[in-house]
Amino acid sequence: MTRLKRNFKRIWQDFYLVIIMLFLYAPIATMIVLSFNNSKSRSQWGGFTLEWYSQMFASRNIVSALQNTLAIAFLSALIATILGTAAAVAINSMKRVPRTVLIGLGNIPMLNAEIVTGISMMLTFIAFGVTMGFKTILIGHITFNLPYVLLSVMPKLKQTSKYTYEAALDLGASPLRAFFKVVFPDILPGVLSGFLLSFTMSLDDFIITHFTKGAGVNTLSTLIYSEVRRGIKPSMYALSTVIFVSVLILLFISNLSPKKQEKN
Amino acid sequence: MNKKILAGPYLVWMIGFVIIPLALIVYYGLTDRSGAFTMANVLSITKPEHIKALMLSLALSFISTVICLLLAFPLSMILRNRGMGKGSFIVFLFILPMWMNFLLRTLAWQTLLEKNGVINGILTALGLPRQNLINTPGAIVLGMVYNFLPFMVLPIYNVLCKIDDNTVNAARDLGAGFWQTLIHIWIPLSLPGIISGITMVFVPALTTFVISNLLGGSKILLIGNVIEQEFMKSSNWNLGSGLSLVLMVFILISMALIAKYDKNGEGSTF
Repeated sequence: MTRLKRNFKRIWQDFYLVIIMLFLYAPIATMIVLSFNNSKSRSQWGGFTLEWYSQMFASRNIVSALQNTLAIAFLSALIATILGTAAAVAINSMKRVPRTVLIGLGNIPMLNAEIVTGISMMLTFIAFGVTMGFKTILIGHITFNLPYVLLSVMPKLKQTSKYTYEAALDLGASPLRAFFKVVFPDILPGVLSGFLLSFTMSLDDFIITHFTKGAGVNTLSTLIYSEVRRGIKPSMYALSTVIFVSVLILLFISNLSPKKQEKN
Repeated sequence: MNKKILAGPYLVWMIGFVIIPLALIVYYGLTDRSGAFTMANVLSITKPEHIKALMLSLALSFISTVICLLLAFPLSMILRNRGMGKGSFIVFLFILPMWMNFLLRTLAWQTLLEKNGVINGILTALGLPRQNLINTPGAIVLGMVYNFLPFMVLPIYNVLCKIDDNTVNAARDLGAGFWQTLIHIWIPLSLPGIISGITMVFVPALTTFVISNLLGGSKILLIGNVIEQEFMKSSNWNLGSGLSLVLMVFILISMALIAKYDKNGEGSTF
């Protein structure tokens, strides 16, 4: 290939990357810019303002939705991580058939359409007379988080040697102590990334929450949905910006931290 | 023996909140309000308004999947051939939007496309006529492609990274040109990723009700909208469950496709 031709190919490829990047990020960037725009018009720049942010924090609806969102994300991630890690340890010591069945069980909510998972849970709660609210959203989120914890912890468990654990037992450690002293430090990166993944997934979820929430309880996603149908207010852009930036930070942490540990 | 008890809570949880709920959908879908067995709910898919919604959903999600594939394959090829490692920042940037709240991503497009939105504002400022962009099937396809593109990029990119350079070089040495290498090497070897990407885009696109609600207005109904309305507005759970069962047939077909082409989980996204 001539040098000119190769250069041309490279430029064309760069152009393609830039176009897709623009397509992915321009809409988000527009919302972030509009959140600082001191004009209700969406196509005119009326100067820089933080008014929409102060309006956002003054709104009781938004603040309570934010509290719900964070509480549900934290609790669902925590509970899913504990249940999921315990299950991963058990599954790791199982034979092939029960292992496939248990992992397959976790794959169902991951592969199924979210709308079906959502309405199936809603039906269950109503059929068993459970009042829908904070608790039912939490249950829904734990359910879709569990498979992700399994997926993060299982590979780490496969890398650990069972002999170190047995050695600890031989040296007189109780199974629990041996687990926390020997196995747990090895799988900790997987447990942490499972927790962060769950936290992000929960923060992000709309569909499952939409079907499992009762009247009067909102997370940020459901609040935005109901507000947007009445017309977009600039404070929604402020809220979106806050959510985008928080998710971005979380993703950076969860993507960078396990790699560092692998290098060590 | 002791260890296996630890899977107990997980097993109970998944049975209680995954298996029983799905069984309930089957139960409601196959009974009427009095609890008697009926196929009416499932067969109501043949009603004109339901079949229209299903066909439109199939058409729009098919178009979106094709567009996603056509955009994602060259993108993944470029990323791979540039030798950008898996942890590289550029690759991270292309996959990042996958984790962003999809409601917000759709809201962003609503802002751009609306009658008084950003694009029309810019057109007016340039002295051009306003365009009717929102509440069209095209807007829905755009929303789908935007939301689900990273789900296509990631599995294809993952598979492409595993293809050995020597295989490609061997084909080249034997005289294969660009298109021949593409058809005989790149595409067959990345098939698990392509199939996985297709299902990752097609299933959520087929079942969405949010994108059609925000970008399609109230006039364009997809099958997801019909089901959502049966549950949240009409409270006709039997009909909603029956239609969900129909929808699940399509999901099962795509899961079977994955199982057939991606036996070793090579194309898995996570």
